[in-house]
Amino acid sequence: MEKQSIAVSPTSGRSEARNSVFDHVVRAPEDPILGVTVAYNKDPSPVKLNLGVGAYRTEEGKPLVLNVVRKAEQTLVNDSSRVKEYLPIVGLADFNKLSAKLILGADSPAIQENRVATVQSLSGTGSLRVGAEFLARHYHERTIYIPQPTWGNHPKVFGLGGLSVKTYRYYDPATRGLNFQGLLEDLGSAPSGSVVLLHACAHNPTGVDPTPEQWEQIRQLIRSKALLPFFDSAYQGFASGSLDTDALSVRMFVADGGECFVAQSYAKNMGLYGERVGALSIVCSSADVASRVESQLKLVIRPMYSNPPIHGASIVATILKDRTLFQEWTIELKAMADRIISMRHQLFEALRSRGTPGDWSHIIKQIGMFTFTGLNSEQVAFMTKEYHIYMTSDGRISMAGLSSKTVPHLADAIHAAATQVA
Amino acid sequence: MAQLLRGGCSGRIFKSGATVAARSMSTAWWHQVEPAPKDPILGVTEAFLADPSPNKVNVGVGAYRDDNGKPVVLECVREAERRIAGNLNMEYLPMGGSVKMVEETLKLAYGENSDLIKNKQIAAVQALSGTGACRLFADFQKRFSPDSQIYIPVPTWANHHNIWRDAHVPQEKFLYYHPASRGLDFVSMMDDIKNAPNGSFFLLHACAHNPTGVDPSEEQWREISHQFKVKGHFAFFDMAYQGFASGDPERDAKSIRIFLEDGHLIGCAQSYAKNMGLYGQRVGCLSVVCEDEKQAVAVKGQLQQLARPMYSNPPVHGALIVSTILGDPDLKNLWLKEVKDMADRIIGMRTALRENLEKLGSPLSWEHITKQIGMFCYSGMTPEQVDRLTKEYHIYMTRNGRISMAGVTTGNVGYLANAIHQVTK
Repeated sequence: MEKQSIAVSPTSGRSEARNSVFDHVVRAPEDPILGVTVAYNKDPSPVKLNLGVGAYRTEEGKPLVLNVVRKAEQTLVNDSSRVKEYLPIVGLADFNKLSAKLILGADSPAIQENRVATVQSLSGTGSLRVGAEFLARHYHERTIYIPQPTWGNHPKVFGLGGLSVKTYRYYDPATRGLNFQGLLEDLGSAPSGSVVLLHACAHNPTGVDPTPEQWEQIRQLIRSKALLPFFDSAYQGFASGSLDTDALSVRMFVADGGECFVAQSYAKNMGLYGERVGALSIVCSSADVASRVESQLKLVIRPMYSNPPIHGASIVATILKDRTLFQEWTIELKAMADRIISMRHQLFEALRSRGTPGDWSHIIKQIGMFTFTGLNSEQVAFMTKEYHIYMTSDGRISMAGLSSKTVPHLADAIHAAATQVA
Repeated sequence: MAQLLRGGCSGRIFKSGATVAARSMSTAWWHQVEPAPKDPILGVTEAFLADPSPNKVNVGVGAYRDDNGKPVVLECVREAERRIAGNLNMEYLPMGGSVKMVEETLKLAYGENSDLIKNKQIAAVQALSGTGACRLFADFQKRFSPDSQIYIPVPTWANHHNIWRDAHVPQEKFLYYHPASRGLDFVSMMDDIKNAPNGSFFLLHACAHNPTGVDPSEEQWREISHQFKVKGHFAFFDMAYQGFASGDPERDAKSIRIFLEDGHLIGCAQSYAKNMGLYGQRVGCLSVVCEDEKQAVAVKGQLQQLARPMYSNPPVHGALIVSTILGDPDLKNLWLKEVKDMADRIIGMRTALRENLEKLGSPLSWEHITKQIGMFCYSGMTPEQVDRLTKEYHIYMTRNGRISMAGVTTGNVGYLANAIHQVTK
C-alpha cells in the first residue's frame, strides 16, 4: 500500500500495542465527597468514623432499608404480572403525579390546573441536570445563582448542563447562621430573569435554613425581580420530621401563582439511595405551557438515557398511593429525623461538658443531615489523622453517621482540634 | 383584582396578595417553547396503545414478545429478583457502578480469558443501558478529543444522532445500507472509511445492526478492521444485541474480537435491555480499552467525572440482577438457554414471514427478511406504504419501514404478510 495512506500511529499486528487516542488523559482528582468514603474504607482503625457522605445510619451504624420499602418491594416481587418494559421517557405516570402532590401539596391549585410538568429522573442529581439542560435550551437567561456554599456537585451539574454559575452570599461564618442581608443584596442585584437555586430545606452543607418570615421576604424579592426559582428538595420530611413543614418554602412560591422548578430526591427520605429515584417538576403559568414544556423535556432525556429506571419509582409509587404504607412511611421518616436531632443535642452536650472553647450552639440550631462545624481544613486533616474521623474538608459532618456510642469519640476529636490546631 | 391586572406591575413589591403580579410577569418566559416532535420510535407505541382496533399489531419498538405477543420476564431474572429481594442495602453504588456487574459484563464482550481484562487495561463503568453508555462516551470524546467528529452509519438508530449532537460532537456519515439489495453496501462503506481523515472516530454496530439487520460477514469485518489499522481510526462499538442476534453471545461478539486481535484499542457500549429483558432497569456498561492499567485508571476516573454531574451514580437494582445471574453458573446457563430461545423464535418468525409473502405470490424479493439478523427487518417499504399499513391495517412500525420481528407471532404473521403484500404489490 502507498505510504501516504499509512496512519500516523504504529499499526503492526497484535504484539505491538497501538497508541491510544486518549494517551493524554490525566487522572482526575477524587470526588471530594465520595472520595471521603474511599479513604474511610482503606483505614484499618477500629475507631474510624465515616461522617462524609450523607447516607443515614442507625444507632448501630448500619444502613437502613425502611420497613415500608421492604413491604413495597415484596409486593412488586410477588406480582408475577409485573414486567420490566421500558418506562415512557417521562417515567412512571403514577410516580410523577404522586411526587408532584408530595412536594406541592395535594390541594395545590397548580396541580389542579394541570400547570405542572413532572418527569421522573435519576434522583436529585438527574433532576437538576435535566432542568439545567432545559433552561440552557429554552430560557433567555443563562446564569444560575447558587448559594455560597452549596453541595459540591451543584456547580458541575449546572455547568455541564449549559448554564454559567454565579454565587450569592448565604452562610455567615461569624454567626454560623444565615447571612440574610448579603443574600438579599446579592439576589437584589442579579439581572432580572436570572435563575436562583434554593435549597428547599436542610441546606447542604450548612444546615442553615431561612425562617418562614425570611422565606417570605426572599419570595417577594425574587418575584419582584422576576428571578426564576429552582428548588433542590433532597430532604423533605427528613429535616423537621414533617413532610408538610419541609415543603413550606416551595409551597409559598407556588401559592403566589408564579413559576418555578423543583428537583426532588427520594434518596434520603425513603432510603432509596442507590435506586436513583427523583423527579423534576416545572410549575408553569398554564396547562398549555406545561404540556409543551413536558414535550421538550423528553428531548433532553432521550439522548441522555432514553427513559428512567423502573424499580425505585415503582417502590415509591406503591408507598405513596397506599394510605397505610404512606402512614407507616411518615412514622419511619420522623424516627430518622428525630434520631438525627437527638445526635445534635448529644454532640452539643458532649462539647459543653468538655468545655470545648467556642460557641457550638449552631449544632442544634442547624437542621437536617449535616452540620457545618466551622472547623477549618487543617483541623479536619488533624481529626482524620489522629482520630480517624472522615469528613469533607469544608468542616461538614453528616449527623446521620453518628450514634450515642460514637458521639464521645467525635467530641474528643473536635475538642482536640479546637484546642491544638489553629 | 382586574385593576391590578390592567395597572401593570413591574418593579413594585406587593404584599402576599401579589399572585396577580407574579402571574402576569412570568407568562412571557415560555411563550417561545414549541411543542416537541414525538420521538419517532417511542411515539409509535404511544399511537399503538391509543388504537382501539382488535387487529392491531405493534412491530415498532424493539422489545421482545413471546409467541402470544406478551412481554417476557426471563426465568433467570425472576429467580435473581427473588434472591435479592429483602436485600439489606440500597446504598449508593460507587460512581463507576457495580464492580461485580462490570467485571462479568467485560467478560461477555472481551472473552472469559481476555488478556486485556487480566492486565486491567480496560476502563469500564456501569452505564444507563446502551443510551447512557453511548452518551457517556460521546461526552468523554468531546472533552478529550475536542476536535474529533463521529462517523455514523447510514442508517442508524435515530437516537445515535441525538446523543452525539447533545454531546456537541460534530457528525459525519458513512454509507452502510444498500437499498437495492437490502444488504450491505460494502464498497461504499470501505471507500468512506478510506476517505475519512486518519484517526477518525467511527460508530459501529457490533451485531444485529439497528434498524437494517444487515451485518458485515466475518471476512468483511476483517477487511474493515485492517483498513481501520491503516487509517488509525478509532472504533466505537454499540453492542445492544449480544446473544440476541445468532443465539450465541460469543458468536455475536465476533466483530469486536476481530478488532481486538488486530490490536485496536476500542470503545464499547453494552446493554442488557434486550438480551436479559431488563429494559426498564437501564443496565449497561461503557468500556474503553487503554494501553495499560495506569491509563485505564485515568480514563475510568474521567468517565466518573462525567457521570457525577449527570446522575451521580448508576441504579443498583438492575446491576444486582445481572451480577446475580452471571455470577452463578446455573443461572448463567439458564440465561444462555433463554437468550437462545428468544433468538430462535425470531429467526423462526423471519422464515415464516418470508414464506407467507412468497406464498401470497408477492412479485418482490423477500430474501432479505431471512438474510438480515437480530430484532429488526428493514423491509424496504416506503413511508407512504407504512402509513397505509397503519391506517388500513392497524399495523404500527417506524416510518423507515423497520419491522421489529419480536412483535411478530404465529398468530399475526399471516395478517402481517397479507397487509404488507397488499400495500407493496
